[in-house]
Amino acid sequence: MGRAVAVIGTGQTRHGRRDDVSYPDLIKEAVKAAFEDAGITSQDIDAVVYGSMPSMMEGVAYNHFYFADALRVVGKPLLRTETCGSTGQSIAHTGIYWIASGMADIILVVGSEKQHEGDAQATMTTIPEAFMHADFVGGAPVAFSMQSREWMGHFNIDEDKAREAAAIISVDCHDGGLKNPYAHIRVNITKEDAMKARIITYPVRLLDVCPSSDGACAVIFASEDKAKKICKKPAWVKGTGFRGEEYFSGDSSKAVWQSAIEASKEAYKQAGITDPLKELDVAEVYNPFTYQQLMFLECLGFCPPGESPDYVVKGVFSPGGKLFCNPSGGVLCTNPIGAAGLIRLAEAAMQVTGKAGAIQVEGAKLALSHAMGGALQFNGITILGSEL
Amino acid sequence: MVEAVKSPEFPVKEYKTGNKDTVLPYNWALGPTWTKFFNGLKEEKILGTRCKKCNRVLVPARTFCPSCYKDMEDEEWVEVAQEGTVETWCLVNYKYYGQPKEPPYIIAQICLDRADCSVTHFIGGFDLSDPDKVREKMKSVSRIKAVWSKEKHADIYDIAYFEPV
Repeated sequence: MGRAVAVIGTGQTRHGRRDDVSYPDLIKEAVKAAFEDAGITSQDIDAVVYGSMPSMMEGVAYNHFYFADALRVVGKPLLRTETCGSTGQSIAHTGIYWIASGMADIILVVGSEKQHEGDAQATMTTIPEAFMHADFVGGAPVAFSMQSREWMGHFNIDEDKAREAAAIISVDCHDGGLKNPYAHIRVNITKEDAMKARIITYPVRLLDVCPSSDGACAVIFASEDKAKKICKKPAWVKGTGFRGEEYFSGDSSKAVWQSAIEASKEAYKQAGITDPLKELDVAEVYNPFTYQQLMFLECLGFCPPGESPDYVVKGVFSPGGKLFCNPSGGVLCTNPIGAAGLIRLAEAAMQVTGKAGAIQVEGAKLALSHAMGGALQFNGITILGSEL
Repeated sequence: MVEAVKSPEFPVKEYKTGNKDTVLPYNWALGPTWTKFFNGLKEEKILGTRCKKCNRVLVPARTFCPSCYKDMEDEEWVEVAQEGTVETWCLVNYKYYGQPKEPPYIIAQICLDRADCSVTHFIGGFDLSDPDKVREKMKSVSRIKAVWSKEKHADIYDIAYFEPV
């Protein structure tokens, strides 16, 4: 794994419709918060890693050039990494690798999106090539509805049971969003509301879908020496995993999602975790759609394949359950895409360092963060712990 | 019922918004394999290639196997069936910029007979105006077949859509 790496500071913007600030000012808000949290200045960092969705999202190609000043990167190396929805995990891993290799000691990692400045669904259709695939993608709701249906069909899952489990996830997340000071969607809902909300693309209903959000997240990583000097309570990187799949989505099953399974196995191996449901204290699972969270609970090894609805209905992943998932409200309540995977990691860091405030899971010591991306193509995991 | 989801309270928008459209032309080289695949569609044939190592038939045809990385220069071309099985589907009844056609329409993953993967295309040929009725109808739809466009351009729209058998 190379040298030990820790999170020494995190910063988030208020997420939502941020017409009140320009894009560089949005970046500045998260960067400033991360430096304040870490108690260091830009002079202390060796380099910056940045990522977002493709240029078409906000219409500025290479927007890290545009953000150079807000990222405080002048005179330092700057790397861009992007893998669509999993960008947040990819940029974190880029920073972690950089420090683990010994080539840097402190790295600032920033992810962002300003979805209201462009057309998010139209941008999604520019991700696959245009002569065979793009017109059949139809934005994220289509891709994920099809995957949900494939999963239910593959495991012969009762539609009503999956519906109820998705509604429970929706309620848990919206409750979390109400308590999370950074969250975009703040609304008090009941299970009934979620089950009967307006249908978007079957089986997905309005309260199963994430919003389009503007927001940024910044995380500062440090080597063991620096972390111990600078930070009273760092969050240590215990394991990382990232896997990709072939381009043509029809070439392999997405009901048993190999990249999610293999990425989590790699992270568990590095972290020495053999029973994630028992050993993890909290998980921030990438859930732009409730049904995807159901699938991930299986792929990440929290329950057997095809059984996540039963586990959810029993309350295993709800507040007070064996493994509370997404106390922050998850992507379901806040989705600035390029930041969303990094927000999962920042929230995990806050949990294991006792900084999560109203959404703190009491005594959390080991937390998993996750993101997926591409046209159902990538999955990334980072596990953080309170002990080195 | 919760319909409108509320955003947190930010300052009311009081600043200027800049705007500009960017439209860029592109020309994608398709190479010999995909050219042959699209020319096949013009003749109402759906062509795949078989990897000689893993024996899988992949549609659209490939120049190399994405699993074995074996070059398919000497590929075995296979005409797959025009009928197949629906693996998963989705009714699109919302609008977005640059959409290929007026919603509602159905997008599906379809495994054509003799192929070892699924392709993505439209399902149509029946009334799609009521989502609940579409869902009921699709519960009984398993087998579908290609419906060809009258006018062909050697592109993916030479198949107009797939219809229930």
